[in-house]
Amino acid sequence: MEKAIKKHAVIFILPTLAAFIIGFIVPFVEGLYLSFCKFTTVGNATWVGLANYRAAITDTSFQRAFGFTVLFAVVSILSINILAFALAVLLTQKLRGTNIFRTVFFMPNLIGGIVLGYIWQILINCVMTIIEQPLLALNATAGYWGLIILMGWQQIGYMMIIYIAGLQNVPDSLIEAAEIDGANRLQTLFKIKIPMVMSSVTICIFLTLTNSFKLFDQNLALTGGDPNHMTDMMALNIYNTFYARSGMQWKGYGQAKAVIFCALVIFISLFQLRATRSREVQQ
Amino acid sequence: MNIKKKVGNTILVVILTILSLLWIYPVFMILINSLKKESAISTGSVFKLPTAETFAGLENYINAIESKGFLNSLGYSLFITITSVAAILLFCSMCAWYITRVKGILSKVLYFLFVFSMVVPFQMVMFTLSQTADKLHLNTPWNIWVIYLGFGAGLAVFMFCGFVKSIPLEVEEAALIDGCNPIQTFFKIDMHMLAPTMISVGILEAMWVWNDYLLPTLVLDIKKYKTIPMLIQYFRGSYGRVEMGPMMASIMLTIIPIIIVYLSGQKYIIKGVASGAVKG
Repeated sequence: MEKAIKKHAVIFILPTLAAFIIGFIVPFVEGLYLSFCKFTTVGNATWVGLANYRAAITDTSFQRAFGFTVLFAVVSILSINILAFALAVLLTQKLRGTNIFRTVFFMPNLIGGIVLGYIWQILINCVMTIIEQPLLALNATAGYWGLIILMGWQQIGYMMIIYIAGLQNVPDSLIEAAEIDGANRLQTLFKIKIPMVMSSVTICIFLTLTNSFKLFDQNLALTGGDPNHMTDMMALNIYNTFYARSGMQWKGYGQAKAVIFCALVIFISLFQLRATRSREVQQ
Repeated sequence: MNIKKKVGNTILVVILTILSLLWIYPVFMILINSLKKESAISTGSVFKLPTAETFAGLENYINAIESKGFLNSLGYSLFITITSVAAILLFCSMCAWYITRVKGILSKVLYFLFVFSMVVPFQMVMFTLSQTADKLHLNTPWNIWVIYLGFGAGLAVFMFCGFVKSIPLEVEEAALIDGCNPIQTFFKIDMHMLAPTMISVGILEAMWVWNDYLLPTLVLDIKKYKTIPMLIQYFRGSYGRVEMGPMMASIMLTIIPIIIVYLSGQKYIIKGVASGAVKG
């Protein structure tokens, strides 16, 4: 059968492959190359070696954006996963209205990042006015917590769905056996349910981790980096390096930052997958 | 014991109800403000309900639709989402079938590259991608789907591969013996069996394309074409004083179709998210 299929390789893989080359492979390779160049376009570039990387690493705004992103990622991964798991446990107790609650909690996920950002900007600015604090444009602390709340509002529902699917796969017989052995609700939760849903935990942490690091739209719309780039995350910092200033050296810095950013995201996600995979229980 | 459990459950339901109300409040807040007169909307008064004096009816909505090019943007967004998702579903399922069925170095390399592309952040390729798109004239709403197919292929191929593995080979072999060529086998047999995965992938990709902001901003000519997220962002960026009324009305007009689609297809959407994650 393989031979028969092989004859039609062009029809089956060419459309995707061609688009993939245009949309990913070529830009990726060119991006890698340009990070070693001073350039305005792909055609107009001169090799400068590691100069861009040196400039990128010593750029204090980039370091600050990195720190801000890490601080954001840690708090948002923890809060989203804990709350999403708690909701999932509650919504698998066969309570009344479970479907309605699930529908409501998931809903914000479908709204795009730009729109979400503005909704929360309006809301948070109003709260700030009432409690007589500076607005988001001048208030980095509010910007930070605003981003955490916004991300939570958007992603808790999504992760909750994944945890619910995981919890529903835990065999009832296991839970019954534990109950017969005299385990109370908390013990079944920690000794049976959590170990059994570790594969969902792996996925959810992976998703929240990469989403937090790659966050852009919400950051742009909610704070735009205000005040004075204090709330820039890495993606926004790279974007600003590319497009906020003219002058040909900036694009090279931006591309070098992008490569560092890309390597960082890949490294962290591989590390995380390895760390949580080892805790999964084989069924 | 039973009564205690019942009381406990009731308390939980009450807590969850309050939490859900808080959860939808931000959307409700935009809705009530979009019905207020422009002069009545200020930073500090967002929580107030409209009164007889400040109630503006649908004025802001009419304003948003008539003057800000909302309908054009809606059209572009719809067209781009439909063409991109259709292309992704058709071509990526074919590609995934091929690389699962034909073992070899090409299949292995492709699979690795597709998975790799899922992790790479968009900033890595944004500049070079927009240049490539310009060079190949893929910078209009009519053909930007090629770019989406390329950048979205990773997730789609990955999910389809996971499912194709579970289709028994015997079914396809039977079709081949009955005289189907591989193309007929794929479209008559596998396409049908892939339908549930198609829905999941379609939903995930549609959510992405519909809400995507940065890719169309960099690829399309913003003066000529604005998708809905671009329009909302443009609204904010280009005016000295933002007109809050029409702005909130535009946000509502963006959210309402999403909520309608969600409520009518939520069974599939939630299933799609869950199965997409399990495959991941």
